[in-house]
Amino acid sequence: MFERMQLLICGGTGCLSSHAMKIKEMFIETLKTMHLEDEVGIVMTGCFGLCERGPIIIVYPDETFYANVSMNDVKDICEEHILKGRPVKRLFVRNEKDRQQIAKFTQLDFYAKQKRIALRNCGQINPLDIDEYIAKSGYEALGQILSNNSPEEVIDTMIKSGLRGRGGGGFPTGLKWQFASRERGDQKYVICNADEGDPGAFMDRAILEGDPHSVLEAMAICGYAIGSTQGYIYVRAEYPVAVERLEHAIEQARAYNLLGKHIFNSDFSFDIDIRLGAGAFVCGEETALIRSIEGDRGMPKLKPPFPAVKGLWGKSTNVNNVETLANIPVIFLKGSDWFRSIGTEKSPGTKVFALGGKIKHTGLVEIPMGTTLREVIFDIGGGIPNKRQFKAVQTGGPSGGCITSEHLQTPIEFETLTALGSMMGSGGMIVMDEDNCMVDVARFYLDFTVDESCGKCTPCREGTRQMLDILNRICDGQGTLKDLDTLESLGQMIKKTSLCGLGQTAPNPVLSTLKHFREEYMAHVTNHVCPAGVCANLTNFHIDESCIGCTKCSKNCPVDAISGSPKQLHVIDSELCIRCGACKKACPVGAITSQPRIKELNHEQTS
Amino acid sequence: MSKPVNIVINGAPYVASSNQTVLEAAQDNDIFIPRLCYLKDIHEEGNCRLCSIKINDQPQLKPACRTIVSEGMRIITDDQDIYDYTSMNLSLLANKHHFECFKCSREDNCEFLDLLRQYDIETEFSNSFELDHETYYHDTSGVMVIDSSKCILCGRCVSACEKLSGLGIISFNERGSKTYVGTAQFHELKDAGCIYCGKCIQACPTGALSEKDDVVNVERALRDPSKTVVVQVAPAVRVALGESFGMPIGTNVEGQMFEALRCLGFDEIFDTNFAADLTIMEEGNEFLKRIQQQGVLPMFTSCSPGWINYLELYHPEYLPNLSSCKSPQQMTGALIKTFYAEKMSLDPKQIVSVSIMPCIAKKGEARRKDMGRDGYQDVDYVLTTREFSRLIKRHRLDLNQLPSSKPFGMLAGYTGAGAIFGATGGVMEAALRTVSEILEEKPTMLDFKAVRGHADVKEASYTIAGQTINVAVVHGGIAIKMFLDYLKDSSKQYHFVEFMGCTGGCINGGGQPIVPAKIRDQCDVRELRAHALYAIDRQSTIRKSHKNPFVIDLYETFLGSPNSPKAHALLHTHYTKRTPYEHI
Repeated sequence: MFERMQLLICGGTGCLSSHAMKIKEMFIETLKTMHLEDEVGIVMTGCFGLCERGPIIIVYPDETFYANVSMNDVKDICEEHILKGRPVKRLFVRNEKDRQQIAKFTQLDFYAKQKRIALRNCGQINPLDIDEYIAKSGYEALGQILSNNSPEEVIDTMIKSGLRGRGGGGFPTGLKWQFASRERGDQKYVICNADEGDPGAFMDRAILEGDPHSVLEAMAICGYAIGSTQGYIYVRAEYPVAVERLEHAIEQARAYNLLGKHIFNSDFSFDIDIRLGAGAFVCGEETALIRSIEGDRGMPKLKPPFPAVKGLWGKSTNVNNVETLANIPVIFLKGSDWFRSIGTEKSPGTKVFALGGKIKHTGLVEIPMGTTLREVIFDIGGGIPNKRQFKAVQTGGPSGGCITSEHLQTPIEFETLTALGSMMGSGGMIVMDEDNCMVDVARFYLDFTVDESCGKCTPCREGTRQMLDILNRICDGQGTLKDLDTLESLGQMIKKTSLCGLGQTAPNPVLSTLKHFREEYMAHVTNHVCPAGVCANLTNFHIDESCIGCTKCSKNCPVDAISGSPKQLHVIDSELCIRCGACKKACPVGAITSQPRIKELNHEQTS
Repeated sequence: MSKPVNIVINGAPYVASSNQTVLEAAQDNDIFIPRLCYLKDIHEEGNCRLCSIKINDQPQLKPACRTIVSEGMRIITDDQDIYDYTSMNLSLLANKHHFECFKCSREDNCEFLDLLRQYDIETEFSNSFELDHETYYHDTSGVMVIDSSKCILCGRCVSACEKLSGLGIISFNERGSKTYVGTAQFHELKDAGCIYCGKCIQACPTGALSEKDDVVNVERALRDPSKTVVVQVAPAVRVALGESFGMPIGTNVEGQMFEALRCLGFDEIFDTNFAADLTIMEEGNEFLKRIQQQGVLPMFTSCSPGWINYLELYHPEYLPNLSSCKSPQQMTGALIKTFYAEKMSLDPKQIVSVSIMPCIAKKGEARRKDMGRDGYQDVDYVLTTREFSRLIKRHRLDLNQLPSSKPFGMLAGYTGAGAIFGATGGVMEAALRTVSEILEEKPTMLDFKAVRGHADVKEASYTIAGQTINVAVVHGGIAIKMFLDYLKDSSKQYHFVEFMGCTGGCINGGGQPIVPAKIRDQCDVRELRAHALYAIDRQSTIRKSHKNPFVIDLYETFLGSPNSPKAHALLHTHYTKRTPYEHI
């Protein structure tokens, strides 16, 4: 029977963890009791991107966008919207700019500036149904290529498209394929690098969960282009939903003979298997990844030889990242010129970013290259919540650096971000406001690298550890000016002499914050104060005259360290204060700051 | 196909060969590039980053050990940046290193210390060295010690284990700054299937891996007036010991060595070469018996304890093929505690039997249960060549200054056949000399050159008394595995196979002086040392074991005949199946 309405429920990991599955079951049940089960279709899709407002449901055909749906809302949606045609307005979202409630997801600012290529099917189709992918022109590119194009033509199109690796390095994908295709050998391999490890980045997971077939199709195209018959997807075991959907997708593709022998009745055979990673960050480095698949300890190897020459089990191997692969089928459907028309000259196409940190709309966004950081953070991301000031944006995860407000007009490209001392990386974008201590931020990322270093080469293994020790000292108030010099010289040395990309970029978070926020480091070292009030030993909260006496601070203080009557200036007892920062977060006028302790002593002496 | 390429190093033009790395090209032209992890053909992984150099103004430095030269390449090996980076990396390594150089096994030839002296080492990095005995100190095997507090994680040992023994017993555990080298799953080394070939020790640039030190025990025995201390020295020791005293590789220091032993105060000095001849008598006769009485063939030699460990642990199905003979060390040990004790009217328990071996597995062999009787072991302490040189140095003796002397023990006279036991193929050649003469009942040839040399597996066929004898000589873990796998499916009937746990045989044993990586690059140590052994053989007047008058005398006065019940009781043993990772 014809379905008059369809409910698309987000089945990404974020929404699933806020009970999207139970909501779906409840819909099925409720619709059944209302005898509407034949009229309304329920589809669990991949990620919609606006994860912060999950669970999300979109109702078609009217494109109604419901956010923060809970199980209690199911009955309302069914009775009001589905039965009576009256959308449930209280579940609508507002645009940040004009605070207008909007009903349709196409009206959302969050989506207005996005251009979804890699994420084209995420949130649009049921990832567990290959027919839905096929209905969206899925496997059409593969079919056309196998019947019309030679491998050389395929590589040619890839080179012309200018697609660059989305895993971080930005190496031209077409060239990579060409290197592998030129190698001779009885067996070659295609590897999909799904070992996404940057803290906060989850675009690869979203694609694997929401549109697994696009990755499979792209791998098959790559296999045809370079002359490989076997592919592997190296995916971390921490992505159980992705793994499950991939397994399901591979089985379906095999059943349709879109994987296996003589695909589309051609001479081309290709199959894909999944290899699970144990979650080591370094296994995202291609040579370490290959060793891990081989069953060895995941440690990077020196390049050259590159995997294209000597990769998995010594055979020529092409490794591409998930997001890179997800772009490929569209490029063949719409042509390289179309792809080049999006983005910039040097970086064509789009890039998916995982927006996080101090930003209103956390989630996944896909933007054309060349979009400015400002547009992403303020127009799409909705800006900084709680009336705080933007301080910096961190891109590239533990390999990247911090970019300050003066560079917000920078168009996002591989080269421009690198020039700012950061990098594209896999697309993590963490926004920071005035409450973030930049020394602490640098320490956070370095702590991650120290843990994730494989231990192979000296600079990365021992050097990052030393840098972390120094940062810990600075945050504890034990830092010296010489420490800052040592951080810089160690950082340069580690960048220049480390073996793999992990070490070569590990000092970036420290070096970039040292460059752009040196005064904050100096405050820690010379004034013994953490201006953001994060480092407990260097925090000394003080309420200044701008206090309006709203009492919010004292109400939020867990240890009753703040005294003062309403409408009067409040005072913090620094003896009692545990430096949790709850008061600072609560203050509506920004009257609470962290001040040097010495100043306070002077103050006491004079009064 | 290599061709000459023009390169520029530090502004000066050089011609290198197109297949060379920058490191090799620099070394050829006496340009110093520091290095700590590179070990040619064994470990070329670029862990240490000390050889980082600038190439064509690229921002990223490249490891010289793995960068191949190309036409017009401009290389800078030393400027302020590079010097600073190298110093900094060395400082970082020093920071984790436990400096106790005075008691370190590498006190004289530590590659790490050598570099530290050359650079500007910061001492300001908080010394984060902490000794966690659980993981950092591994001394349970009684044979070798892993002391991670001295490890610089260059990874040479891991590669050496993998590429030379083929077993991969040790690897990296944990990660990041907690990384350390050890056995898998925190197993004890004695349970991890290690055959104690000691290739890891020889690869180590510091003292992180070493033999279990027995020098102090020997010192104590030498000072105990109630003990008679008897020593024996293996064939391969004399051609390597000199290296510890600055002599060229392959110098035969037999005379000075015996003089040093005399100066150290040993009561009796024996030569394991003698027992090598004795082994040929026992093993040769066992072989003859197997051929004549259709016993299990091929017969495998049993003198290398590394090989014995390998067979017991990994291929116990071949145990029946193994000769029942003890190794020369244990034969000498048994004779010391029986024949010699009897002759000197000594209580065997009063005798301290010390052996000086090129091997660390010998330490394990001496502790085997059936290598003694009545509650004592035949060999009490085994010193490696390295420990022996330490002992000599601690007594302020300089081998270079010592006169030559002869051993004065009764089990010391040897033939050329006994001397070549120390090289791969030597046991086979010695056996063939004797067996062929016994079977043919007339003087036969001396040189069986097909079994010499350093090919992984050497094969030869000889017609002896009308019968074709197929022999093979195999050395090193990789070759052993290869040969045993091949043997399983091969239809070829071998009669006699010599196996050695180390490539090159005992001359390259795990207890021999450590040759620094730089010298190892330039020459084949095995060849130089083996050459010295074959020179001893060539210069010997008697070159067949069964012609050794002392051996003949021993049989006449004590043992009876080869393979007699008495000989069996003292000179033979049996071997048993063992399982690695038994105690999971």
